[in-house]
Amino acid sequence: MSNLETKPADDTAAGGRVNPVENRFTTAITHVLSDLGKNGIFIALVLVVVVFEILTNGVLLRPQNVSNLIVQNGYILILAIGMVMVIVAGHIDLSVGSVAAFIGAVSGVFAVNMGLPWWLSIILSLLIGAVVGAWQGFWIAYVGIPAFIVTLAGMLIFRGLALVVLGNANIGSFPELYRSIGNGYLTNLFGDFAVDPLTMGVAIIAIVAFIVQSVRTRRGRQSYGQAVEPLGWFVGKLVLVAIVVGLFAYALATFKGIPVTLIILAVLVLIYGLVMTRSVFGRHIYAIGGNLHAAELSGIKTRNVTFWLFVNMGFLAALAGLVFTARLNLAGPKAGDGFELEAISAAFIGGAAVTGGIGTIGGAIVGGLIIGVLNNGMSIMGIGIEWQQAVKGLVLLLAVAFDVYNKRRSGGR
Amino acid sequence: MTTNILEMRSITKTFPGVKALQNVTLDVGRGEVHAICGENGAGKSTLMKVLSGVYPFGTYEGDIVFENETMEFRDIRDSEAKGIVIIHQELALSPFLSIAENIFLNNEITGAFGLIDWNKTNIEASKLLARVGLRENPTTKVRELGVGKQQLVEIAKALSKRVKLLILDEPTAALNDEDSDHLLDLILSLKAQNITSIIISHKLNEIKKISDTVTVIRDGKAIETIAKIDVTEDRIIKDMVGRDLEHRYPDHTPHIGDEILRVENWTAYHPQDPTRVMVDNVNINVKRGEIVGIAGLMGAGRTEFAMSLFGRSYGTKISGSVFKNGKEIKTRTVSEAIDNGLAYATEDRKFYGLNLIEDIKRNISMASLKKLERGGFVDDNEEFKVAEGYRKSMNIKAPSVLAKVGKLSGGNQQKVVLSKWIYSDPDVLILDEPTRGIDVGAKYEIYTIINRLAAEGKGVIVISSELPELIGICDRIYALAEGRITGEVPIAEATPETLIKYMTMEKERA
Repeated sequence: MSNLETKPADDTAAGGRVNPVENRFTTAITHVLSDLGKNGIFIALVLVVVVFEILTNGVLLRPQNVSNLIVQNGYILILAIGMVMVIVAGHIDLSVGSVAAFIGAVSGVFAVNMGLPWWLSIILSLLIGAVVGAWQGFWIAYVGIPAFIVTLAGMLIFRGLALVVLGNANIGSFPELYRSIGNGYLTNLFGDFAVDPLTMGVAIIAIVAFIVQSVRTRRGRQSYGQAVEPLGWFVGKLVLVAIVVGLFAYALATFKGIPVTLIILAVLVLIYGLVMTRSVFGRHIYAIGGNLHAAELSGIKTRNVTFWLFVNMGFLAALAGLVFTARLNLAGPKAGDGFELEAISAAFIGGAAVTGGIGTIGGAIVGGLIIGVLNNGMSIMGIGIEWQQAVKGLVLLLAVAFDVYNKRRSGGR
Repeated sequence: MTTNILEMRSITKTFPGVKALQNVTLDVGRGEVHAICGENGAGKSTLMKVLSGVYPFGTYEGDIVFENETMEFRDIRDSEAKGIVIIHQELALSPFLSIAENIFLNNEITGAFGLIDWNKTNIEASKLLARVGLRENPTTKVRELGVGKQQLVEIAKALSKRVKLLILDEPTAALNDEDSDHLLDLILSLKAQNITSIIISHKLNEIKKISDTVTVIRDGKAIETIAKIDVTEDRIIKDMVGRDLEHRYPDHTPHIGDEILRVENWTAYHPQDPTRVMVDNVNINVKRGEIVGIAGLMGAGRTEFAMSLFGRSYGTKISGSVFKNGKEIKTRTVSEAIDNGLAYATEDRKFYGLNLIEDIKRNISMASLKKLERGGFVDDNEEFKVAEGYRKSMNIKAPSVLAKVGKLSGGNQQKVVLSKWIYSDPDVLILDEPTRGIDVGAKYEIYTIINRLAAEGKGVIVISSELPELIGICDRIYALAEGRITGEVPIAEATPETLIKYMTMEKERA
């Protein structure tokens, strides 16, 4: 159980025993470099933010705009979570935009036309989303039709059904509580302050929880004799996270408080992050994407996993549809147009592999944020939609090219 | 004596860590049929790949002299330009194109403006088909032909390239008797047209029938070249397997207990062609602490048997019963098979065994996540500990269990596969070609692990193409041919000669 045996090979090679200080230093350097490699996507986000902060003369990071960034991109981020899971398993889902539109329309029928309570409308809509996912999952997992085909068909089917449900008209003016999932804020619970105490309180709790969890993970690893990063670098990272979260919360607190969409997102990221990194189901997804045959011969019920992945995607597409509809206060025929492409881009910019087996929830969220900042920043600058499209396409291409280059350099396949 | 059309002089070919060919010399006379035989992995295919330019000039040592000229082939097109054509075991035809299109693929007959002259293409194709004795319309799609006829299309394609030296790699392995006979006759008729052939084959009766000269290759060396009048099956077998069987295998003192697994009347059919029986009424048993070998030539149904048994991972219309400790068990899905104490380590690690983009830790736990599960979540730390334990006890050479499996050597990858299945704690392990593609030192380690498993009271089934390996480590060996068990040999009586006799035993035909 000595630490020596579990240290990565490169740090003995780099430092030798000549100078313990230098050795520690080079170890720290290798850790920083390997972290930078792993977190290249975060650095890309920071770069994009800095560039647009300058180009927009500081408008980008104004409190109101920070809040807008989350609310405007919430539904894309929700879709990106489900999409990256589907992509890791080696599939794709082209139907999510249409499904979002379909569910938006259905919820309009429930909440507006039929006058059902807002919460019942939401629950029913989410259930229908899961059923839509089950329908597609059935064809993909059990009949064996490629996901590309099934969801391409789904893209047409559910766009069509959305129009049928809408009956050539927009459904509008949703109940207020329904609308809050798209543009509501949690604020002023403790009275009206310049800096909302609730928002700051939640941020502090989140930071403390993150630190406690990180320390516990580190201790756990150490007690099993696993290599951990140097203490200085570990603390440095925690401080960095605390500062970024704190500033972000401050921006929200000086505007309207915590967007409801952000709460939904935070809960999703937490749950799905755990599923992908720690759960047995998550392991099965990575195993299937990495080598389907090996997964099958290891006793993994690959068809069931695929089926449930698409049920989940249907559920999340429905949620995204609800958030979008709530934000516009309108269920219309053009809703969800092109969402699938933004969600897929987010996953790939976030480091997911086209061949499956690689990708993370965190990466997809950051990828989605990069797209969000590009959209928002270029809009502030008054750049037309045509150039926005072109720039986003270019960013996607470059991100994936960079990823491919990185892998080739590190000797991967 | 005719003059030699081909002389390969002192060919040596090295792969990282392995000498695949050592100083091999091969002389082929003009207009003869020259057979090359040897066990799987002896180096036959490597030699032919050197000859045809798949391994280009500069990647091997030695000279290739063809028609008295030294050749420096950079790729397969160079060798084809000189009239050397190789037909691989896996045919290289495009199923959705017609016979004529396939024959002239990348060699199209063009007319005005560089457009393809279809009339001429089809007429020329018809002439070639007549030469190989295939009565089919040249516009027929290749997928509509059986394997035997596809082989003839390949030969017609070779003839279209004005072939002088035709190399056939196990041409009859996938053919029935009638098609085989036709093919062998065709080779003889090409010989009459002064086309030289090299034929790689396992089937000794075939070799005796058509070849003028036989060269035997073993362990990357040419053992001897025998002229037709001196060829006997015994002599070839002796050349193929005659090696030092001592000290390559660790000592093994069997402690054999009660029967642990029995398979009765196991039958499985080909998944795409449900009329073709691949595993034919197989009955075997394994006892506690026993290492049981399954010997068989390529295509005998060894892997098909193992995979159909392991959760029906191969084949259709599977029938038969499995008993563990005397009680019938079901193995309809892989997880059911694992739950019932079976493990199957595949012959194809990279395709069926490992997730190469993941680390050692996650590969080892892949089949046993249930053991690490705490309320739906995987206990990462416990997983790390378990994997570290295997890294040490199995001597997996890697800096840590966080290393990606794709970067390990074949031997270490195999140890990861074995760790994965040992961790699933099975009662019976089926190891399919456990030492394929790994070096001698690592082989010895794998044998030691197999002995250890048997000593722990598990039943071990080893499937292998290497007869000395089976004889060196097993307690009992079954021979498999054409999907049937053709012999059961206790180790005391096992010699390569007896095993090969059973392995080549063909079905009696009415």
